[in-house]
Amino acid sequence: MSLSNRHLLGLNGVPKEDIQLILDTATTFREVLERPIKKVPTLQGKTIVNLFYEDSTRTRISFELAQKRLSADTINFSTSTSSVKKGETFKDTVRNIEAMKVDMIVVRHKSAGVPQYLTRISKANIINAGDGLHEHPTQGLLDMYSIKERLGKLEGLKVCIVGDIAHSRVALSNIFGLKSMGAVVSVCGPATMIPLEIASLGVKIFTNIDEALAKNDVLNVLRIQLERNAGTRIPSLREYHKYFGITSERIEKFNKEIVILHPGPINRGVELSSEVADGPYQVILDQVTNGVAVRMAVLYLLGTMH
Amino acid sequence: MDIKAKIIDEEGFNRTLTRLAHEILEKNKGSKNLVLIGMRTRGEFIAERIMQKIKEIDKSEPSYGVLDVTLYRDDFRVRLKQPEISVTNITFDVNDRDVILIDDVLYTGRTVRAALDALMDLGRPNTIQLCVLVDRGHRELPIRADFVGKNIPTSINEEVRVRIKETDGEDGVFLVNAPSKI
Repeated sequence: MSLSNRHLLGLNGVPKEDIQLILDTATTFREVLERPIKKVPTLQGKTIVNLFYEDSTRTRISFELAQKRLSADTINFSTSTSSVKKGETFKDTVRNIEAMKVDMIVVRHKSAGVPQYLTRISKANIINAGDGLHEHPTQGLLDMYSIKERLGKLEGLKVCIVGDIAHSRVALSNIFGLKSMGAVVSVCGPATMIPLEIASLGVKIFTNIDEALAKNDVLNVLRIQLERNAGTRIPSLREYHKYFGITSERIEKFNKEIVILHPGPINRGVELSSEVADGPYQVILDQVTNGVAVRMAVLYLLGTMH
Repeated sequence: MDIKAKIIDEEGFNRTLTRLAHEILEKNKGSKNLVLIGMRTRGEFIAERIMQKIKEIDKSEPSYGVLDVTLYRDDFRVRLKQPEISVTNITFDVNDRDVILIDDVLYTGRTVRAALDALMDLGRPNTIQLCVLVDRGHRELPIRADFVGKNIPTSINEEVRVRIKETDGEDGVFLVNAPSKI
């Protein structure tokens, strides 16, 4: 069994079988991560470049660890310490890196569509690690893996994505992936953060967080991204917390099992109270561990494809 | 399946496993420090059967695990099809244990090489011994089995198929003509 596409640009249009294959393969790597020696020789001799045009801690470390644990050779590229500062264009940078013979490129960029563009100018397998407001497919995959790990299935589950939907690539990847896997997806947030067109993707819209809590099995709570000007769409962080923040009191009102995800980094006291962020409902650190396994699965499936 | 000959039938299959269990116990002076590890997929069931035999003979239960060596293979670059991957399930410590590695057919020795590397990543066993149901020859690496159910000299154009109840509905070993390569 192989994936049907040699790149991972997003989860939009990825067939259910492919997502299932990645999630199943990740289970294998989850076991590898529990071993005393967390490394397998599978991608020996493959060279992977991490092309990060935008800041990242989790995703970048996670990808790098995944590559190292598969024994690939990795190169890290970040704009702040490169010739991009001297005015080299994106295309020239990529052409030069490719001339050094690389097999895969993991790319993060502030503009949507950059990974797609890369597939036209490079022969390497391209993996999208977040492009603008478009998609972040490996985050979507690790969220699905973590939900499945906790609840045993995806099909039929009700999952609500909470927060700034309009400016979230995590939201889009989650919506596409979860819908393919048969989950019922909804979004929740202040009206200023919900794009009108979102309903056309077949998701329900909640504007009241208590209603969203009452009617869902899983809440994927997004970060309020101040670097993307979230401040212009909400009166204040305190007010956001008051109306949309997830607190223990809110959860306990409903007396039911609920799973809380968060892609990190957390704004404690804004989208989640500290008590919830460290509490029994959340799987936030499991998401981080699973992220390495899921990325190993993606790298393995693309890197050994013929 | 283009069968040329049935080499081991159901009773023979059972007798062979009984003998292998006795040999393993004899050489290791009982089952105290033993660990049985079956290699996916058919080795897994052969190991389980041998474990049952050891339980009957020695009234003891050695640890039992399953090893998937896909990640350690050396043919990722040359094979046409992507190999299917499954999960290793070894929940105990292999350090200082006597590991019996169990597979159905020993052929080139490359899978065993991969298994040795995989085992070393799990710890440092006292010994690793190899037990196979069939040794068909044509080794490409300096590897030999410690316990062999049956030696079957074969030509390159033939294949040995082990069928086992758990996955194939019957127990037996067959010699078949290799499907012609396209």
